[in-house]
Amino acid sequence: MPADAPLARLRRAALTVAAAACCVLGAAASAATAPADPALAPTVAVNPALEADTMELAHKLRCLVCQNQSIAESNAPLALDLRDQVREQLAAGKSKDEVVDYLVERYGDFVLYEPPFKAVTVLLWLGPAALLFGGAAWLAFRLRRRREEVAAEQHLSDADRARARALLDGAAGAEQPESPESRS
Amino acid sequence: MIPELGHFALILALVLSLVQAVVPLVGAQRNSMALMAVGRPAAQGQFFFIVFSYVCLTWAFIQSDFSVQLAASNSHSATPIMYKITGVWGNHEGSLLLWAMSLSLWTVAVTVFSRHLPDAFLARVLGVLGMVSAGFISFTLVTSNPFERLLPAVAEGRDLNPLLQDPGMIIHPPLLYMGYVGFSVAFAFAIAALMSGRLDAAWARWSRPWTTIAWVFLTAGIAVGSGWAYYELGWGGWWFWDPVENASFMPWLLGTALIHSLAVTEKRGAFRSWTVLLAIGAFSLSLLGTFLVRSGVITSVHAFATDPKRGLYILALLVIVIGASLLLYAMRASKLTGGGSFAFVSRETALLGNNVLLTVASASVLLGTLYPLFLDALNLGKISVGPPYFEAVFVPLMTPVVVLMMFGPFLRWKDDDLVAAVRKVAPAFVASVLIGFGSAWAVDHVTWRTVLGLTLAAWVVLASVQLLAGRFKERAGASVGARLRSITAAWWGMWLAHLGVGVFIIGVTMVGSLDQHLDVKMKEGQHAELAGYTFVFRGAVDADGPNYDAARGIIELRRGERLLDTLTPEKRVYRAQGMPMTEASLDIGVFRDVYVSLGEQLADGAWIVSLYYKPFISWIWLGCVLMGLGGVFAAADRRYRRLAAREAAAAGQRVAASA
Amino acid sequence: MKAKFLVPLLLFFGLVGFLAFGLTLDPREVPSPLIDKPAPQFSLARLDQPAQSFSLKEMQGQVWMLNVWASWCVACRQEHPLLVQMAKQKIVPVVGLNYKEVRGDGAINARGMALEAETAMAIERARRWLTDHGDPYVLSVLDIDGRVGIDFGVYGVPETFLIDQNGRIRYKHIGPITPEALKDVLIPKIEELRRAS
Repeated sequence: MPADAPLARLRRAALTVAAAACCVLGAAASAATAPADPALAPTVAVNPALEADTMELAHKLRCLVCQNQSIAESNAPLALDLRDQVREQLAAGKSKDEVVDYLVERYGDFVLYEPPFKAVTVLLWLGPAALLFGGAAWLAFRLRRRREEVAAEQHLSDADRARARALLDGAAGAEQPESPESRS
Repeated sequence: MIPELGHFALILALVLSLVQAVVPLVGAQRNSMALMAVGRPAAQGQFFFIVFSYVCLTWAFIQSDFSVQLAASNSHSATPIMYKITGVWGNHEGSLLLWAMSLSLWTVAVTVFSRHLPDAFLARVLGVLGMVSAGFISFTLVTSNPFERLLPAVAEGRDLNPLLQDPGMIIHPPLLYMGYVGFSVAFAFAIAALMSGRLDAAWARWSRPWTTIAWVFLTAGIAVGSGWAYYELGWGGWWFWDPVENASFMPWLLGTALIHSLAVTEKRGAFRSWTVLLAIGAFSLSLLGTFLVRSGVITSVHAFATDPKRGLYILALLVIVIGASLLLYAMRASKLTGGGSFAFVSRETALLGNNVLLTVASASVLLGTLYPLFLDALNLGKISVGPPYFEAVFVPLMTPVVVLMMFGPFLRWKDDDLVAAVRKVAPAFVASVLIGFGSAWAVDHVTWRTVLGLTLAAWVVLASVQLLAGRFKERAGASVGARLRSITAAWWGMWLAHLGVGVFIIGVTMVGSLDQHLDVKMKEGQHAELAGYTFVFRGAVDADGPNYDAARGIIELRRGERLLDTLTPEKRVYRAQGMPMTEASLDIGVFRDVYVSLGEQLADGAWIVSLYYKPFISWIWLGCVLMGLGGVFAAADRRYRRLAAREAAAAGQRVAASA
Repeated sequence: MKAKFLVPLLLFFGLVGFLAFGLTLDPREVPSPLIDKPAPQFSLARLDQPAQSFSLKEMQGQVWMLNVWASWCVACRQEHPLLVQMAKQKIVPVVGLNYKEVRGDGAINARGMALEAETAMAIERARRWLTDHGDPYVLSVLDIDGRVGIDFGVYGVPETFLIDQNGRIRYKHIGPITPEALKDVLIPKIEELRRAS
């Protein structure tokens, strides 16, 4: 049943993922409490959920001393310090926004890989949309002008038109193997 | 002595490039066959001397001649031979020479494969390429002489940056440069056509294979770079929106637009001024990328050691090359109206729409990359623009691109009926939306991004199948072989490349939604579980290499009781620079990669080990391979060769007639 | 030539203008958002008398500088003679913030080291360094874990903060102080702040 194959695969994937999620949670739980199985390696993170949150935020924060890396990727001492700060403050119950504010107060907007929306970044955030609408407007304008030009050319003789059509059809069919005569 | 020979050869290459830049152009202006004929031997001679010069530099690296400054800073006597050779392009000066060499290689290819072109046109193409070449060789000689001596010589070199001592280094830079620089040919064709005022379907047809091949190289170069970053950096990221990556991605986007625009110009004679502008733009962005990497105006993990003098020189080069071509464009483009007519609903419109979207995407990447510089220059503060911004902007821009990409091929050239076309694509589209939601639900990850990604991917795959089936039905009654033969290579190219986009989207979506990661502290005999796999740590052994010390972890990858693979991640310290490096170990599969990297050893003897489960990640590169393959098919279409042969014959007749 | 075809050229020249200007800028220098804001409060042990702590209040009413340093910091060695000379000429009181003396040193593995042991080691190292190179500071304080450094937005050593009579940060110098920076920027600013009171 070939039609079902993709779905079957996805279902399998779903099962894998579900199983995996159980494993992760299981591992986390056993690490958090006394490891029941001495052969099971303890996780580095004492609290995997906290660690995941920390790293998610860390990926959005720039390491100031590095060549364009986030504090999650970098192992520079400052990156480690800042990561610790993020972890500590999240653990203390601060929200992600509060942690971000804490760092911005000290290091400025430079630490944010996602620049805040404010007066000086308006062009940055709205630029792509503006370009898109500008492009679409230009396109619409060109297409309309083109149609007018074409309409103006309608005074061709019937014979001309027939010949043009033959040529154009030849060109339009260029994807198909064509006889050399169809092009000049 | 050999470095001096190399230096001298480079000077000779500069002289020849100047000859190539000036004489054929003068010849084309005066209609002098003799002068025009100088271009070809000048280009080939130039190539000879650049290669010679390059070989001399490589020789200094292989011989560990540390009286050459560049070898002393980027090589080491214990470096493996492969990385001595590739170390030549692992630095600013050497990579610039590689740049010049690939430009020269492209130029020689033009002289060899373009015998059918009109003499004046070829002369102008070579002239333009010669000018670019002269600019870059002089840049090398004046600001970045790779043959600079270090007197007295040092006893030992500082070695190549350990990050670069990887097989990726062997192929990534040459591929990428061939791509970057390859757009110079499309550029030169466009400028030559503007000069002669002959911007017609023939020009588009001549440029197309060159542009496509350059695009294939660029695609491959970017893909290899991304794959390299994936396994080398030790945590499995594959794209970082680093300014230097963006510098290669912008010309790729514009090059993609150019390929499609050239198709319309060739087939329908339309969009001519737009196509020319794209050809200029794609190469200009390549040059801009060169500027960004080498000037120090932006911070990037890839940037070379910088020097403001170099920045200024390239900027001057940019102003001359791009400024002059845009000026020429401004003077000539107004003559480029007309072309075949087409209605609002037509394949032309779909292609033009995608062109606009790709250009906007490219401009947005440029905006994000340079915005921090703009703010800083205006003294409005320092900001960083990183992955969150680019992802936020890019997904909305690329979604309509993918939709149009699969809608366009169902439309007829010139004129089509919207209702009929929608009726044609609607079933597959509806099915895709269902598949998107259904599969996101099946993998238990219903977020808008996952649904959107899977829907688009399903749409691409279904529409591709539908397209192929439709193409097949065209010749009902013919044998399967005959039907297959009736499909041109160009069509297969289009089909494969578009399918590649779908495969790519599957990879990106799945790994973005479902990847898993766990850091554990492992002692010998301990195991960890992730994503249904069991990782058993069998201890760590010494695994010193020629120029590094390393510990190698032995980790068995098991599924239940079955041993799948033994993974051997390494933690290396390169002796010359004392730089620590992680070498990840991967079990690569079609539907998932398992990725393990070794961290440091703790006081109690346990090792920190990072485990990653990356579903469908290889589909990202599989998609790129399909896109590249599509390009190869498109460029190999018989049509070009046949028409070239005919034009060559016609040229032969002209010569015979004039003789 | 129609005007609209000149648009790409004009855009390009605009871009070139920015790029040319960009060549004169340093993309790695990050301005501090703390300028003209009250300096972050802290209380840290003094290097000379570790039992006593130092806080900002003690410098109230004077214009002073906070100089971030460490014995492992190579660039600090470069600016140090200038600081010593400034101290001799009594240009401005300088408080030293000894930043991550032990754990900041890449050559030492400070993981798992007890805080007392680390502090003792830091004091020993920092004192020896000041003995060897001269002590230009009114006093130095120990920021063992770098927390106060983070509060001040320190990202590289050395950094120097100019603080006014009311405890506000008025200027930040990133990197080693050069004689030119001292003469052309720091001294004029110090004099201006003193006149303002």
